[in-house]
Amino acid sequence: MIAPAPKTSTAGDVILARIREALRIPAPLPHLKSHAAEAAVAPAAGSGLPALTVLPAEVGRPWLPDGGETSAERVRILTENLEKLRAVVLRVPDVAAAAAAIQVLVRERGWQRVAGHAHDLVEPVLTALPSAVHRVEAAARFDKNALEACDAGITACEALVAQTGSILVSSRTCGGRALSILPHVHVVVATVDQIVATVGDALHLARDRHAGRMPSMLSFITGPSRTGDIERILVLGAHGPKELFVVLVG
Amino acid sequence: MLAKKQFLRDAAAHVRDTGHRSFVRKALGGYHTNRDLQKARYRDWEHARDAASLAKWSAVNRLDELLPRFVANFEANGGQVHWARDAEEARTIVLDLLRAAKAKAIIKSKCMTSEEIHLNAAMEKDGYGVVESDLGEFIQQLRGEPPYHFVFPCMHVRRDEISDLFGKHLGSAPTDSPEELTMIARRHMRRLYVDADVGITGANFLVAETGQISITENEGNARLTAALPRIHISISGIEKVIENLDDLSVLLPMLATAGAGQPMTCYNTLYSGPRQPGECDGPEEMHLVLLDNQRTAILADPEQRDSLHCIRCGACLNVCPIFKNVGGFTYGTTYQGPIGSVITPHLRGLADWNHLSGASSLCGACTDACPVRIDIHHHLLHNRRNAARTAPSRLEKLGHRLFVVAARRPWLFAAGGAMFRRSLGVLKALRPPLLKAWLATRDLPPAPARSFRSQWAARQEGRSNPASVR
Repeated sequence: MIAPAPKTSTAGDVILARIREALRIPAPLPHLKSHAAEAAVAPAAGSGLPALTVLPAEVGRPWLPDGGETSAERVRILTENLEKLRAVVLRVPDVAAAAAAIQVLVRERGWQRVAGHAHDLVEPVLTALPSAVHRVEAAARFDKNALEACDAGITACEALVAQTGSILVSSRTCGGRALSILPHVHVVVATVDQIVATVGDALHLARDRHAGRMPSMLSFITGPSRTGDIERILVLGAHGPKELFVVLVG
Repeated sequence: MLAKKQFLRDAAAHVRDTGHRSFVRKALGGYHTNRDLQKARYRDWEHARDAASLAKWSAVNRLDELLPRFVANFEANGGQVHWARDAEEARTIVLDLLRAAKAKAIIKSKCMTSEEIHLNAAMEKDGYGVVESDLGEFIQQLRGEPPYHFVFPCMHVRRDEISDLFGKHLGSAPTDSPEELTMIARRHMRRLYVDADVGITGANFLVAETGQISITENEGNARLTAALPRIHISISGIEKVIENLDDLSVLLPMLATAGAGQPMTCYNTLYSGPRQPGECDGPEEMHLVLLDNQRTAILADPEQRDSLHCIRCGACLNVCPIFKNVGGFTYGTTYQGPIGSVITPHLRGLADWNHLSGASSLCGACTDACPVRIDIHHHLLHNRRNAARTAPSRLEKLGHRLFVVAARRPWLFAAGGAMFRRSLGVLKALRPPLLKAWLATRDLPPAPARSFRSQWAARQEGRSNPASVR
């Protein structure tokens, strides 16, 4: 455990005092264009500042990209988005079929070492694998070199987001921080009922599931690692996985 | 006045370099297409901008309440907060942390606040080797240059230059394939992530509700930087605080769409502190440096307070005709483009940096592109006004006085106009010093035969006598 840092320091006190002083004069509201947003800014009682409820009432935020109303719609939107992002979606009926599909991948690509973690969806896949399996466990010492030498990492996820084609992973339930980023290929095993409509829904789900104490890392993965730094030309596999497979069960 | 001279000199050189300008335009061409495609997926983009703008407005205007709330939650998760009033204090904090950690190898992901405080130079001076892991920043580090664009750091560099650079520094074989060049950097960097004992990152948002910091990136280098080293140090401006995860869920897609035409940036990661019991990996310590460095001065200006809403998406640079014609280095600032021209006078002083606000056509493309509705082009005007107030130009004052004298006397105004119409040709031929610079790149129109007032009078006469119209 780390010793708790002092609650405030001199520099912190100075900066907070500067902030309080600066905010004594209120700023004008931004120039809003839509009536719905204007309605969200209610005039404050008493103070000069308008009280902001910051748009909580608009469930689903009907102005962001669509995430789908029904389960079937969400599956369709998610699949379309993942394919546009150049991720590969494999739809399978059950966990046994997921294990079989991943075995085919391992054989076709000649993966020598595959990494995974303990999870109801991942364990059956790992036990059925023909190649060597590296297990990332909280109880064992973390071996960066062994993980780096793996061809692929197989993880579960917290949620899948239809709206953006994102996969939400966490350090608590998806094998830590490195498993989904260090190996050259990332394979996600998820069930259809893990699909949520929007980024906001996924964050709510994580907050409710981990009430009181968030995992030290929560990450939205949206397609294979990419860069456009050389002449703004898209290249996949900059530092993270070059390929991303989503095995969708159900 | 050194900065202004440098700007004028570099801008003049840059506008003549048509090869470079067309290269930059071409590189940005794809951005416009992708951004429009993604914007079209929003059911109401303008409403989404309102929401993003309000989220930032309410956070910045309640910074006194939200920043302490963020700090309390972040510390409760085991993270350590360090406050830095200015650049020097921030550098000292980071160097002290490196010393305490006995750091041997440092890996760094993209962090504009570290550019702002010139951290790399300070670390190198103290003998700490640091490697930039973002591909664009890595290329710029090897070239010994600052970023050209704060989101696309090496967008001005051609692939053959990168191939030569990698050949010289990494011993790689020449190639003209962007993919192969990316893989050379990838192979080089792998070992460095594994061996580093300290990882340094920036931060895009600080979520007060949960005490998490949010980092946005495409390459996975920030994920690796915050996963493998024993110590994670993050540097963030104090204005990055937002209230809650609901606001984040709007800002993340907006940042990606406005900045790079993506539905979401490839990795959007929330860190709440060091590795927790029951987790497989992660750093033992997490430190967050909260940087003021004149941000409270911007906060104290209610008129321009909204420039702290900036989420550094870079959209205003991508659409700016000035940026495209003078290039990123000409600004001489950490933050280039329209938003840089607004905030740099606050960060470094209005007297020396006001010229940036003059370098604008006031077309408003930046304001239209801004996902959080910062009134960028009006702030350029505000800077001009403030500069004129604090250090008025005598020549301009004299000019306005003379105009007042003439405008109050119609006969004098008419006489002046007639004289000007007749002498326009002579002025063009003579090129007096005051007009010389203007005429170097422009031409004067031919003088009209009659004054506006006489043309107007003739037109009114025609109106009252419809038969003569046309």
